[in-house]
Amino acid sequence: MADRRDKHKSKYTLDRGMPGAFEGETVTRRRFMTATAHGAGAAAAGAFALPALGFAIGPIFKSTPHRWEVVGTVNQFPDNNYVPVTITLVPDIGEAGKSTAYIRKFNPEIDTDPYDKGTPYIAISSRCAHVGCPVRWVDASERFICPCHGGVYDLLGRRVGGPPVRPLDRFYTRVRGEDVELGPRFSVNSQLRRFSPRLPGETVDGIGQYLYPSTPGAKKL
Amino acid sequence: MPKLPAPPIPAPLKTPPPRPGHGGPDGPLEEAKNAGISVVGWVDERTSLSGAARWMMFRKVPKGTNWFYTLGSATMFAFLNQAVTGVFLAMYYRPDPSGGAYESIRHVTNEVFLGQFVRGMHKWGSTVMVVLVFLHMGRTFFFGAYKYPRELNWVIGVVLLILTMAMSFTGYLLPFDQRAYWATQVGVNINGTGPLLGPYLSDFLYGGAEFNATTLSRFYAIHMLLLPGLIAALIGAHLYLVAKLGTTAPPWRKAHKRPELRETEV
Repeated sequence: MADRRDKHKSKYTLDRGMPGAFEGETVTRRRFMTATAHGAGAAAAGAFALPALGFAIGPIFKSTPHRWEVVGTVNQFPDNNYVPVTITLVPDIGEAGKSTAYIRKFNPEIDTDPYDKGTPYIAISSRCAHVGCPVRWVDASERFICPCHGGVYDLLGRRVGGPPVRPLDRFYTRVRGEDVELGPRFSVNSQLRRFSPRLPGETVDGIGQYLYPSTPGAKKL
Repeated sequence: MPKLPAPPIPAPLKTPPPRPGHGGPDGPLEEAKNAGISVVGWVDERTSLSGAARWMMFRKVPKGTNWFYTLGSATMFAFLNQAVTGVFLAMYYRPDPSGGAYESIRHVTNEVFLGQFVRGMHKWGSTVMVVLVFLHMGRTFFFGAYKYPRELNWVIGVVLLILTMAMSFTGYLLPFDQRAYWATQVGVNINGTGPLLGPYLSDFLYGGAEFNATTLSRFYAIHMLLLPGLIAALIGAHLYLVAKLGTTAPPWRKAHKRPELRETEV
């Protein structure tokens, strides 16, 4: 009895006395059939599941080209106060694609950080760095203040109070003729060093820049 | 009452007298009843569904079963309410971010007959469902009904809770007013604060790096196609396990054994 059981357990078809067995063959016809059927089923399921999945997550990897948008003329912006302008982040979806930027001329006395050198205009995004509510520039207190959870930022957009984890985002600016143009967004850390744009709530200080990678879809620096 | 004489009908046309062992001719009521029975019988003969129905509906429940045990069914009915009203709201809704979505909701609320009522049922029903889910969860927790062998049903229930929250989140954007827009911004950004995968999750929800033209239709598809199917399937599994494992007695009931079954110390 023990002998017979061992014979059945052997992985070689020859040992098990199967008709048409080859020397050293381990795959039985039943095993081959099962594997083929399962493999064909997996291929068929993958044939519709994988394209559908890729279709759903594809936009993550699609980057949109840089856009430059005219926001005003060179004389429109003082160097000691912000002027709000409405900008279009995503065209063709009406109000939902619009946002506000606060723009002021570069002022060597205020913008002493080396990273800002050569920037003609300072353009601050109104998207709060906490969870993305719209901040408002309050002239009287010289602060950006967020209505949702009490984030407060100073004149340079650095956090001075509340829950935000980094300064307000900024936009590249350039001058073309008499026009001031606004370019892609970038994020800054607490020393105003520039990083590829991050979503609100994602710190770029220290280990944060690695914990919160810039996604493929974001416009890179 | 005096009986009228029978009309002179020829013998072959007369109704035959009832055969022995067979009560008189069936009236229309009995005919209808028999038709129903025969339809049910026809289906049952081919599916044996009646056994499953008996197994599901006529279960033994422990003594002390009380009103708290209805919270699960109440949650399910809240879901059914969401499903039915949602299907009909979908007939009017347009997931168009450049103004059409808000306009279609305004149209439903202000101009469609009973639109405000059905939309209200869906809107307030979602809150009711979330409240009921938590009450049901609390009942299960405080009655200890999550313990062996019902742990898997607790796990399924937690997944259903998460899916219900995902339903609330995706449904919140659809009216596409200021609150919807900003709540979604905040919600997606909170998802983004998860380390490493968070930024990708946010991009998946937006369908890109920022709120864009497909975000609304993406939320709409998740809200009305993906999540309801998952929830319905998991409710089925949840109910199957309830019927299979039975319900628990409330914790204040002590187990009483009949004296003749009590084990005696030797």
